Amino acid sequence: MDDFLRLTAIHKSFVGAYALKGVDFSVRSGEAHCLIGENGSGKSTLIKIISGVERADSGEMWVKGARLAHPTAAEMIRQGIQVIYQDLSLLPNLTVAENIAIAQLAKSGRPLVNWRTVREIARAATARIKVDLDLDAVAGELPIGLQQMVAICRAFTSDLRLLVLDEPTASLTKGEIDNLFTVVRDMQAHGIAILFISHKLNEVIDVADRVTVLRDGLTVGTLPRAQLSNDKLVEMMTGSPLAQTRLRRAVGRKKKLLEVRDLSKRNNFADISFDLYEGEILGIAGLLGAGRTELALALFGVSPADSGTIAVEGSRRRIASVQDAVAAGFAFVPENRLTQGLVLKHSVAQNIVTAVIGRLVGRWGMIDGSRRDGLVARWINSLDIRVAGPDVAVETLSGGNQQRVVIGKWLATEPRVLILDGPTVGIDIAAKSSIHQIIRDLAARGTGVILISDEVPEVVANCDRLLVMRAGRIRFEIDSTAATDAQVQALVEATA
Amino acid sequence: MSAVVRAGGAAPIERLLKRNEFYLAALIFVLCVSITAANPSFLTLANVLSFLKTSSVNGILAVGVLFVLILGGTPDVSFTAIAQVVEYLVVMATLRWGGDIPLALLGACALGTLMGSVNGFIIHYFRVTTIVVTIATLNVYYGMLYVLTGGNVIFVVHPMFKQFASLLLFPMRSANGAVYGLSLMPVMWLAVLAVGWFILRRTFLGRSIFAMGGNEVAAQRIGVNTLWTRVFVFSFVGLLSGVAAIAHTAIVLSAIPNIIVGHELEVIAAVVLGGASLFGGKGTIIGTFLGVLLFAVLKNGLVLLNFSSYWYDVTIGVAITVGITVSAYQQLRAQRSRVNVKVEPVVVP
Repeated sequence: MDDFLRLTAIHKSFVGAYALKGVDFSVRSGEAHCLIGENGSGKSTLIKIISGVERADSGEMWVKGARLAHPTAAEMIRQGIQVIYQDLSLLPNLTVAENIAIAQLAKSGRPLVNWRTVREIARAATARIKVDLDLDAVAGELPIGLQQMVAICRAFTSDLRLLVLDEPTASLTKGEIDNLFTVVRDMQAHGIAILFISHKLNEVIDVADRVTVLRDGLTVGTLPRAQLSNDKLVEMMTGSPLAQTRLRRAVGRKKKLLEVRDLSKRNNFADISFDLYEGEILGIAGLLGAGRTELALALFGVSPADSGTIAVEGSRRRIASVQDAVAAGFAFVPENRLTQGLVLKHSVAQNIVTAVIGRLVGRWGMIDGSRRDGLVARWINSLDIRVAGPDVAVETLSGGNQQRVVIGKWLATEPRVLILDGPTVGIDIAAKSSIHQIIRDLAARGTGVILISDEVPEVVANCDRLLVMRAGRIRFEIDSTAATDAQVQALVEATA
Repeated sequence: MSAVVRAGGAAPIERLLKRNEFYLAALIFVLCVSITAANPSFLTLANVLSFLKTSSVNGILAVGVLFVLILGGTPDVSFTAIAQVVEYLVVMATLRWGGDIPLALLGACALGTLMGSVNGFIIHYFRVTTIVVTIATLNVYYGMLYVLTGGNVIFVVHPMFKQFASLLLFPMRSANGAVYGLSLMPVMWLAVLAVGWFILRRTFLGRSIFAMGGNEVAAQRIGVNTLWTRVFVFSFVGLLSGVAAIAHTAIVLSAIPNIIVGHELEVIAAVVLGGASLFGGKGTIIGTFLGVLLFAVLKNGLVLLNFSSYWYDVTIGVAITVGITVSAYQQLRAQRSRVNVKVEPVVVP
């Protein structure tokens, strides 16, 4: 097969720091090409250069054997290259039809809108990818998987040769991911190349014809499908073979911390019963839409359960609000740290003390500054948060460090039960393993941990015991120290 | 192989019942029936034409507010000051130099557009919230008017305004001999509604306003010229303030420097009650019309039922509170009843 797009020796630097230091890269017509690498490896910069949003400092770009002299955004679109960003760039208040057709309308430059043309453009695009969408539905009210289909349809309104997808599966359910890949394969069959970025290695291995690994702004290599393996990819990404060690700890089930019985919430979950012991890490696995996050929100009082009981250290607790949960000794690191866990514009110090500010009140009702500084310093040190100082705004930190700040904020409350929902989403492998270490250290000191995750290997490697949820119910309870990733994955994905 | 995914569509009747305009129209209907029951003179052609005339100023201004709310962000509050300044200057200019209504209208629109566009440029280039910028420009425009004119009331305007006001389409004679009919101010209102509808619904510019209200970054990526679109919206608000100034002058036949400023909230409330979202990207011309109409019916009804005019302020407040809480409650309920997880009925471990 011929290369559709070829990049040679691409360099790019931002204010003195190199983002790309000589990347060679090519995409063939009709292939599914996957781009992986840790945070900061240069993937996003590379995508921006391919889309024409950023200009490379040096290096050349070729499309179908012809060198591009001026790779601007408009020129790349003219060459048939379309990018779908993670946010999908949809207009949530407009209909599906208009969302699909609007780019074409903008390009045509006509001042008037003919609604029949809008529908025709939309219908043609949905027919191309064989997706049956309600063209009159309001885009923002669709499930995220269908919204993505709308974005793909929009890309199809131009002459599409290469579709770039930035982490397309990050927030999709299993069924939606299957749909997406069906569409992707169909596009490939029509000679359209797909370039996608992903953090999920098992998915990459499933779908990609070739994989290119970036590290520190350089191409480590490109592997064909036959040579793909999890270990190999991890080694290429991190530069060293990372031992996915399994934690085998004998947990003496001495003291029961938490006892949950028959917890139910309409349209969310039903008949949830489990125990959590001191020093135990209890995993909850399940697909998106299995009810895991909903259960966590109920335990923490964000959206309380309708019925059922919760007992902490033997005494029954009514958890009807977050205040109740905090008083019961619960702490919660939410799925979306950026919107639910952090105030991005505030400093590291301010974020760490938010949950305990009431305890820092000293004489005259003022905040005791030295106690606050001591507390902040302690958590910055013990969680190894890499910042220039406690007054740096959280938004300037990397994903891994931000997550440490959220964890620090809740650890400062000295919780008995720590609930973590997707604690390593969007964090690179090195930062991931250090967060896992923090969690295990906590458990070793007696905290009960509930770890909810999308990634089966993560729960299997870290948890003592595992609950598998499906359709709002607990289906299996497994001693995860005895299970393999594949076995658990099969239980998670099993239907009916 | 093909992926077939179906999103649930709603039946037309369901879509109608979901619409804010439906309930607003029903409310207006109920109000009209009850007011007429108490005082039959409410639902006479003469009375309806009269309150359509008096509400045409708010009606014209409301279309501008609708555009700003759809564009997103906080509402513009400077439009009353723009109308006020334009009114005063046009009245002064026509007294001194004469002229005719079309020329006065043209001048008013030009001046209003200029003053509105200043808001647009400041908001775009300095990324300041609309309400903050327009509170500032409201005070600048309004303050300048007082500084330059001393705040004197002009009791006598150029006779052409009186002539314009007495032009009637379909003139009729009532039982007691008074002449009434459709005056030109409501016709101007209707024309503004039609132009507004056409821009919003049938032009790419109008769709760009909706797009920016929904997601400005996405709109920009698609190829919407955000600077031009924003400047257009605020200039259009200024232009409509100019149109409203002429209509207002024809109604009151004087120029009082503080008579329009202060009515901002009443206009914004009508538009919000008409279904425009304070979060942007949502709103319709018909809803805006109904919102203004509701307040007009309320105001007129209160007078006919011999209530103190202060009750009008109370009802505006109550109407805003009810309008906003009802829509917030609907959102909350939709959220609560949303199915997050399809819980299976039987346990099969």
